[in-house]
Amino acid sequence: MDNICALIVDDSSVMRKIVERSLRQAGLSIAQILEAGNGAEALAVVQNNKVDLILCDINMPVMDGLEFVKALADVEKAKGIPVVMITTEGSEGHVVQALSAGARGYIRKPFTPDQVKEQVLPVLEGKR
Amino acid sequence: MNSSASGLASAPGRECWLPTLQLAMQEVFDLMLASPLEVPAQPPPGEGLDITAMVGLAGQLCGILTVRCSSKTAGCMAARMLGIEAEKAGQEMWDAVGEICNMVAGNFKNKIAGLGDGCMLSVPTVITGREYSLHSMVDDEIRTVLLFAGEPVVLTLEIHS
Repeated sequence: MDNICALIVDDSSVMRKIVERSLRQAGLSIAQILEAGNGAEALAVVQNNKVDLILCDINMPVMDGLEFVKALADVEKAKGIPVVMITTEGSEGHVVQALSAGARGYIRKPFTPDQVKEQVLPVLEGKR
Repeated sequence: MNSSASGLASAPGRECWLPTLQLAMQEVFDLMLASPLEVPAQPPPGEGLDITAMVGLAGQLCGILTVRCSSKTAGCMAARMLGIEAEKAGQEMWDAVGEICNMVAGNFKNKIAGLGDGCMLSVPTVITGREYSLHSMVDDEIRTVLLFAGEPVVLTLEIHS
């Protein structure tokens, strides 16, 4: 997929920049990066933009990542947008919760750019 | 919950928590900063550590994980994470140290059987300055000092039963 618009949702601006750099290092053709500091902000961004991919933290104030993924299912404009979780919550239970809620991939912090690539590319290619 | 909390805090294998905490910290620095940490031959003086990042733990294990370092070291950490010069890190250093603390806490709990799903993390809080007192109901403490670029980074897990 070329010229994608990716939305990065994390309450840490440093982490949003690291995720953006990892996406670019993965060789993705990125037209635009959008950012949100929590799930509620991310819902507003999705409703007002054409987003191709969402990378989302779990532990955030206001609306956490799991609540966001569940809420996203009710947004008509968001149908089909793949979500990959990037989080310190790396337990099996959290992975199951996130995938059950609708996430297509899961990356545990700390991570390498290669791990981002391994999770994001299959999702964008529709293989997951 | 209280009984399981005290049970886990004093569970067999607890003697592995210090090396596990060190490993969790080292992995964060290896992967996110590309900077291996060193174990000091002698405990360095804890002076000038004016940045404290804290993440609360609740559930099977209750407590606070803190990372303490100097402003200069925090700026270097942010610079390594973002690929910029330390002088340009500015306010990002607080966010960077908070996120490091968050990742260490998550990485640590994911390495301890029963804690991954049984322990929740707060969002990080960062304090600047040295003149403060933190009053918490600490029953036990695990503390280690590692060197980042030759400068001390103090990692403490305060455990509440």
